Amino acid sequence: MYFVARGVSHFAMMVARTAQSRWGRKERPPLPRDITAVKTFMPANSFSPAETSIEFSGVTYSVNGTPYRARSHSGLARERSEKTLVADITLAIGAAETVVLLGRSGSGKTTLLRLINRMLEPTAGKVLVQGRATTDWNPFELRRGIGYVIQEAGLFPHFTVAENIALVPTLEKWDGRRIATRVAELLELVGLGGEEFASRYPRQLSGGQRQRVGVARALAADPQILLMDEPFGALDPVTRAELQREFGALAKRLGKTIVFVTHDLREALLLASRIVLLQGGKMVASETPQNFLQLGHPEVRAFAASLGGEFTVKENGAAGMGGTREGAAGHAGGAENA
Amino acid sequence: MSAYTFFATHRAEIFSATLEHLELVLMAMAIAVAIAIPLGIFIVQRPALRTVALGIASVFQTIPSLALFGFLIPIPFIGGIGKRTAVVALVLYALLPILRNTYVGLTGIDPAVLEAATAMGMTPWQVMWRVRLPLALSVILAGIRTATVITIGVATIAAAIGAGGLGTFIFRGVAMVSDAVILAGAIPAALLALLADGLLALLERRLRVS
Repeated sequence: MYFVARGVSHFAMMVARTAQSRWGRKERPPLPRDITAVKTFMPANSFSPAETSIEFSGVTYSVNGTPYRARSHSGLARERSEKTLVADITLAIGAAETVVLLGRSGSGKTTLLRLINRMLEPTAGKVLVQGRATTDWNPFELRRGIGYVIQEAGLFPHFTVAENIALVPTLEKWDGRRIATRVAELLELVGLGGEEFASRYPRQLSGGQRQRVGVARALAADPQILLMDEPFGALDPVTRAELQREFGALAKRLGKTIVFVTHDLREALLLASRIVLLQGGKMVASETPQNFLQLGHPEVRAFAASLGGEFTVKENGAAGMGGTREGAAGHAGGAENA
Repeated sequence: MSAYTFFATHRAEIFSATLEHLELVLMAMAIAVAIAIPLGIFIVQRPALRTVALGIASVFQTIPSLALFGFLIPIPFIGGIGKRTAVVALVLYALLPILRNTYVGLTGIDPAVLEAATAMGMTPWQVMWRVRLPLALSVILAGIRTATVITIGVATIAAAIGAGGLGTFIFRGVAMVSDAVILAGAIPAALLALLADGLLALLERRLRVS
């Protein structure tokens, strides 16, 4: 009976709270305007900036594999039903690097990204974050120390912009004033300054604005690592170019370790300090943008061809797509649909 | 005797029957909500139990209400003549709409939102309380609204097993072959259902997101 009563009262309270937040929208206290005066925030948790790095050593990830406990002994796939999404990846990402994981759909780039914040656990091998295997981290602590931005932003529709940005600080139990200060600072940082945006709901924003909020939310607790999964993929070409340019500048200024997933070579060349090319779950190239197009690997040439002539490597000919305006404007569209 | 004069002369009696009716409904709804919502939350995490839980709830729904009241009478502890038995039956009827809507509401959330919630470091419990439940609230409330309207109607039949409420007038009127007496039970019950529906619809609209 006690449990029943408690359940009912809990539910009633939640109804009341939600109703109140809908009705009482205007009473929210205004955000402090003078953001330059406050620089009080510290890194969210045990991450120390100096040693930030991510390391994959012999990482394989398969689905329908052996149960997790059995995995750690020998990394070999035992069952025939297994499908290997990424195979034997060894890669070190240093502090303040912007590594772009480039590849077609199904090449394993998102899988690789999700292994970093332990949304997935490796079937074999180890993923080290700050020198510690992800499986040794408390997953929630690990994730709160890593910013995450996805396509369409994945903002919470029932939270205002300010509440969305404040999510990780709230989970980390910062006090209210510090959160308010930080939110104002971040809105300014992503070009949505002023009180106008803070109290809006995601549905009241344009796609580009939502994505900006997504970036602000990821940066909220000042993580040393930022993971981005095709963050600008759903935007119109003009807005996308705008955000890419702005984000590139921002990334340089912030000095975070950034792992960025895309299938758009143009985007990769613009943002990366290093491009890692994946094909069928394997790493086929890891090169600076300056040297990337010189590589002779057929997949590199296929991507180069997707740029539509401008950068095409001669001997490949870029048949079909090369030269047309659509080819130049699109983003690896032909290769993607294959 | 016209319905109007019957209403006028039996005002106090009709009023107290309405209160009694309301009491039955509120009690049944409180218990049904307290069972169905936690159960709904539970079966979201245990998909294996989903079919079983929803199946059992559906079975109750298919039993004719008068028969269900009859079945419950001989059962020890929960059965017998009176309010308690009636409330049990009403709870069984109210379960399905609430349970089904809770499940649908909690599972029908944009996967990108859930992905983001997890990736930001929310525990499964936090995802449930801070993301899933608030977003499902309007759908859950729609279930509660359906259940409430059903319960107000079915509760009139509870008078058959001595639970009181507005059904007493209806059964009495049928026995007396008097439209006026039947209406004295039916009209307040209908008004009650409309009122509850309207109020909950209003609340539901307030809680809807995007």
